[in-house]
Amino acid sequence: MSDNDVLFTYLLRLADDQLILGQRLGEWCGNAPTLEEDLALTNISLDLIGQARSLYSYAGEVEGKGRDEDQLAFVRYEQDYLNALIAEQPNGDFAHTIVRQFFVSAFMAPFWREMEKSSDNTLAAIAAKASKEVAYHLRHTSEWVVRLGDGTDESHERMVEALEDLVMYTGELFESDGLVKAAIEAGFAVDVASLQDEWKRTVDSVLKEATLELPEAGHMQSGGREGRHTEHLGHILSELQYMQRAYPGMSW
Amino acid sequence: MSEAATPLWEVFIRARNGLSHKHAGSIHAADAEMALQAARDVYTRRGEGQSIWVVRSSDIVASDPVDKDMMFEPTSSKIYRHPTFYEIPEDVGNM
Repeated sequence: MSDNDVLFTYLLRLADDQLILGQRLGEWCGNAPTLEEDLALTNISLDLIGQARSLYSYAGEVEGKGRDEDQLAFVRYEQDYLNALIAEQPNGDFAHTIVRQFFVSAFMAPFWREMEKSSDNTLAAIAAKASKEVAYHLRHTSEWVVRLGDGTDESHERMVEALEDLVMYTGELFESDGLVKAAIEAGFAVDVASLQDEWKRTVDSVLKEATLELPEAGHMQSGGREGRHTEHLGHILSELQYMQRAYPGMSW
Repeated sequence: MSEAATPLWEVFIRARNGLSHKHAGSIHAADAEMALQAARDVYTRRGEGQSIWVVRSSDIVASDPVDKDMMFEPTSSKIYRHPTFYEIPEDVGNM
């Protein structure tokens, strides 16, 4: 793999994470428990989709085959998406959505912070913008984790279930395969394995305040980075891609 | 969520340095921190603000509409209170 191919694939993985999670959160639009939270979740969704757009546009440039952000976002097959599996997990109840977002935000906050030091100027600039956005995502979801965990018996119970269902998807975030290692060597990537302690500290301290505990994960699910997905991604794509598939090349 | 669990808060936004906070609307939230976040999410999506205040609606003391005549009518005849009787030199420009 050439350096250029490494950068392209690295960008796609990162962009797919944000797009798929953003699309998931967007499903709450009009359905959230309150108007305030409806806007909060879709604000986060739009932050993520904005990040995805910057990353796809840059990936298209790096690839140099004339594909733009729309083609990369909408006209690929399921196995071509390289997002981590946690991004595609269903919204479930509000507890599941909050735990999923909390897990990811606690990872992305230090991730973007480190990415600001990237040797790649475009990635560093995208990171500088995303850092501020994700700092808020982490704050917002942390506050909810505390209130739901230390809330009523039912909200506590639902949080326990959500943690148990989702913890198995957190390990993949810290995996470094050959591509990540090559990208780190090239100087533009974040050494995700080094973020694990900080992630654990953040998660543990918020969960402690919420009277919750991070369950033992046992086996960690993995495969998204290679295009092996849970059954959920295909359903997301059928909705996400509908317009570009039905009307190729359409724009707003 | 019930009104008791998520009471009403009034939201005040300051658009820029040097301006005062202006009432923007209201939101429901369980406590002060969540109220601040809800205010941010609902009322500053288009760059409206640099600073937010939230106040429990129940903490606001309001005048009674019934007292409207007593409270505000007497000022309507005192037009000399408006600063419209001064000649403003042209050099001053807009006041």
